[in-house]
Amino acid sequence: MCAAQTSTQPAVKDNYAIEARDLNVFYGNFHAVKNINLRIERQKITALIGPSGCGKSTVLRAFNRMNDLVPVARTTGQVLFHGKNIYDPDVDAVEVRRRIGMVFQKPNPFPKSIYENIAWGARINGFKGNMDLLVEESLRGAALWDEVKDKLKQSGYSLSGGQQQRLCIARAIAVKPDIILMDEPCSALDPIATLRIEELMRELVEQYTIIIVTHNMQQASRVADYTAFFMVDDARTGFLVEYGESDQIFTKPKDRRTEDYITGRFG
Amino acid sequence: MVSQQNDFLKNVTREQLRQIFIGAERWSEIDPSWPDTPILRFIPGADSGTLDFFVAQVFGDSLDDLPKADLLAILTANVSAGRLRALNAERAVVERTREEILELVITEIVRPAIVESWSLTESIFQRPAIEAEVAAIPNAVMEFRSWLTWDFITSPQSSDPATAGVFTAILGSLWVTLIAFLVSVPLGVGAATYLEEFSKGSKLDGLIETNINNLAGVPSIIYGMLGLAVFVRFFGQITSGIAFGMADPSTANGRTILSAGLTLGLLILPLVIINAREAIRAVPKALREGAYGLGATKWQTVWSHVLPYALPGILTGVILSVSRAFGETAPLIVVGVSTFIVVNPDSPFAKFTTLPVQIYQWTSRPQEEFQRLAAAGILVLLVLLLAVNATAIFLRNRFSRRY
Ligand SMILES: Nc1ncnc2c1ncn2[C@@H]1O[C@H](COP(=O)(O)OP(=O)(O)OP(=O)(O)O)[C@@H](O)[C@H]1O
Ligand SMILES: [Mg+2]
Repeated sequence: MCAAQTSTQPAVKDNYAIEARDLNVFYGNFHAVKNINLRIERQKITALIGPSGCGKSTVLRAFNRMNDLVPVARTTGQVLFHGKNIYDPDVDAVEVRRRIGMVFQKPNPFPKSIYENIAWGARINGFKGNMDLLVEESLRGAALWDEVKDKLKQSGYSLSGGQQQRLCIARAIAVKPDIILMDEPCSALDPIATLRIEELMRELVEQYTIIIVTHNMQQASRVADYTAFFMVDDARTGFLVEYGESDQIFTKPKDRRTEDYITGRFG
Repeated sequence: MVSQQNDFLKNVTREQLRQIFIGAERWSEIDPSWPDTPILRFIPGADSGTLDFFVAQVFGDSLDDLPKADLLAILTANVSAGRLRALNAERAVVERTREEILELVITEIVRPAIVESWSLTESIFQRPAIEAEVAAIPNAVMEFRSWLTWDFITSPQSSDPATAGVFTAILGSLWVTLIAFLVSVPLGVGAATYLEEFSKGSKLDGLIETNINNLAGVPSIIYGMLGLAVFVRFFGQITSGIAFGMADPSTANGRTILSAGLTLGLLILPLVIINAREAIRAVPKALREGAYGLGATKWQTVWSHVLPYALPGILTGVILSVSRAFGETAPLIVVGVSTFIVVNPDSPFAKFTTLPVQIYQWTSRPQEEFQRLAAAGILVLLVLLLAVNATAIFLRNRFSRRY
């Protein structure tokens, strides 16, 4: 399967973590995004920005076949992950999602203990090692260990919103994915909690490739190495306008529409 | 009281009478002038008042005040030898306490019968009239009697309203409901899970769905007919236990607890499914996505997150359904519940009656006493239903508090 060839075989031609080629997503008859070509760099943070409804979440979810869960959704084009199209018929979506984890807009811990929240994902993926160690390691990785180490048996719901979101990040890194997708992970959080998550992302990017959808331009310019700007056409179909290093996108965008958007002229 | 032939018995003292009654074997033992022949006692039958009256006359006392020895003597002298042996086999009569023997004397010899009964309002407001009526009945005692007693709950059915109870019916109800529960819950939750989580929306699934919704509205008597045709008749070999060698092929038939439980299980199955689907549908999308996002399969997601989260809701549906099964009467009558049964059911292949059916039968009897029994039975039914529901609600709340 697509996963096994990766880290053991360094002879991968491209240097990208994941790549979309002519990606189109439809919801029933509605053409949600069209002809997306996007190369995501390894161990960098890439931000997807754009006005509401332009298909940022749709593209993000296309990267780990989360759209498969929407019965009416249909995807064409390719998403290459380690040189393999994850939409090929012989690829198992479950395996894809194990390698490409996801953190959602609203914190959604499982209604279980903090410990179980992290252990469950590892266990279903066949983790056989020392679970206590893995839980601690993951919680440390998500900068949550010190706050919860004395109450691992308590419900994940007993935590604050920001802590819950970090628990979800810890849960995602416990299965050791290659890529972590984050769909507006801070939009439900206060500024201080947001800042902590942003710091955390900078730490995580040492090991992981992160793709984040955000509404917040400052956030994108603060944390993202690369930024992709999306827009909608007259048929409300989303498309990619401009993609490049964040510095360039936010200081000297090549496209007029990008400039208009980041300077707040529309959107 | 005295046989015509024993004409020597003219002037008998109370003391002599006492001896005749309880101790002596031969007439001569009491008075040497009497013949040396064995005393043949008349054993009072059901016309119990006689003994009571006699005891009061002879002993100048009521039974309640007699010492153990006298009670024992009365007992041994007045029950048949066979019955005495049976009693001794249970536990040696001499070793029993005075109170136990008194009770035996009353149930075995005195055998009080209810001649007439009045309702609570009548007892309160028409007391003088009732007292007058009682006075007109020979040997009658007026007694305030609660029909709902511990004896009522722990005794089997009987044709005598004074001793009839609901124990057999309670056991029958519990057995039948248990089987209905065991059949409908796994099947119902499984079907709901399939329809909500795994169904691809095929034509067949659509047909199943429509049918389930329709079946929930089918009158229960129709399920009774189905149960009769399928479980009692067609699968009679299995439901009677003959196929497992648990019943005698020459007498057994499919009108058993198993048939009734399966019928009620089918009856409540649509209810369980509909409620479980509702509960599963209410599971937040975010919870499923969280699981899928970690690389969980559909089955892992459903088993570890969807079903536990939906469990309180599913349980609510199960509570409603099981209560319905517990109180259901019509289909059981069709399936062939026993009309009169005193043997406690001990296996799924046993004959049975249930509490609602028992109540129904009592209400259809002409004697007023049975109507009172029915009222007491209804109270027991209500309390049991409340208890079942309370337990289930307690369990449900325990499950939901975890989240
Ligand atoms: N499950 C769905 N079924 C039908 N249409 C959908 C579905 N999900 C999204 N869409 C449509 O697809 C388009 C893109 O949606 P998407 O959620 O990707 O936008 P977005 O850029 O993430 O917006 P936002 O910033 O508001 O989150 C929208 O027009 C939306 O209405
Ligand atoms: Mg979105």
